[in-house]
Amino acid sequence: MAFINPKTKEVQIKIVYYGPGRGGKTTNLEYIYSKFNHRIKSEMVSLKTHGDRTLFFDFLPFDIGKVMGHTLKVQLYTVPGQVKYNATRRVVLRGVDGIVFVADSMKVVREKNLLSLKNLHENLKDYNRSIFRVPLVLQYNKMDLAEQGIPLLSYERLEKDLNTQLKVPSFPASALRGTNVAKTLKKIISMTLPSLQRNLKKEVVN
Amino acid sequence: MSYTLESKQLEAIEDLLQHDLIDMGVTCVILIDMAGNIIANLDSGERKHDIYSLAALAAGNFGAVSAMAKIIGEEEFSLLFHKGKKENIHFSRVAEDFLMVSIFGNDVSLGFLRLKVAETIKAIRSILEEITGQ
Repeated sequence: MAFINPKTKEVQIKIVYYGPGRGGKTTNLEYIYSKFNHRIKSEMVSLKTHGDRTLFFDFLPFDIGKVMGHTLKVQLYTVPGQVKYNATRRVVLRGVDGIVFVADSMKVVREKNLLSLKNLHENLKDYNRSIFRVPLVLQYNKMDLAEQGIPLLSYERLEKDLNTQLKVPSFPASALRGTNVAKTLKKIISMTLPSLQRNLKKEVVN
Repeated sequence: MSYTLESKQLEAIEDLLQHDLIDMGVTCVILIDMAGNIIANLDSGERKHDIYSLAALAAGNFGAVSAMAKIIGEEEFSLLFHKGKKENIHFSRVAEDFLMVSIFGNDVSLGFLRLKVAETIKAIRSILEEITGQ
């Protein structure tokens, strides 16, 4: 739930990277942090286990310029992907403005993508939000693994599996190399803006 | 989905936080929503904290602790407080969707802080009720 501060002329929006464990959610944020660190004033916060898996969330805030005279502060979060951490995922999803679903393109984890997407649907329902109405972008990660001969699901297969009903923008990507990472982020930010602009207009009128 | 507070409401909240808490010796007060957005933040100018990370972690932490409370059959825990060597941090829920985080040194007693926080929250609640319509 974006917050508009008319006093400081600042808007804060929350974007959550969701998806199965070891799918590359944290890698997305790490790439963004390394690539755009000149714009990011604070450190990236990572709450990890000893095994380097996300335990609670990663957090990365940064400014991306102005919308109707207001500074736009984007706050990126990831969730822990492992099935057992559902309570934590639900906590992080609270008040979300936009979601990037990072799917793992490896053939062996096909089922995990489906389960994670179903889990997102259910967790949103707990907050009376619908997966069909929340701004959502799909990212099919790990496309670079094809070069190493690892069997991957094709873009068409992933679309059929995950995007038949949703019909949202989707990108094949490699979070490790940065392929389509910025594009995914730009897309989800642009999708959260329309509802924000409506409220900003009201704000300007007042 | 987004929401906004009017400038005069924000000003009233900031005046309250300044007068009731910062002027009483509290180092830093942040009012956030449960999504981790910062609504107001005031400090005594002594220290500069990374308040955006602090807000994200505070909202996450509060959510986690509330979930723990429910597991053991409690609605919520009434005292959420971390004690450090020099700085301490106190969390308090303000209405359904907001959380107040106060950072204070050892020169302010916890009892006094809780009293002031309770008074401030009562006043903030009535300001917030105007927008949330609760």
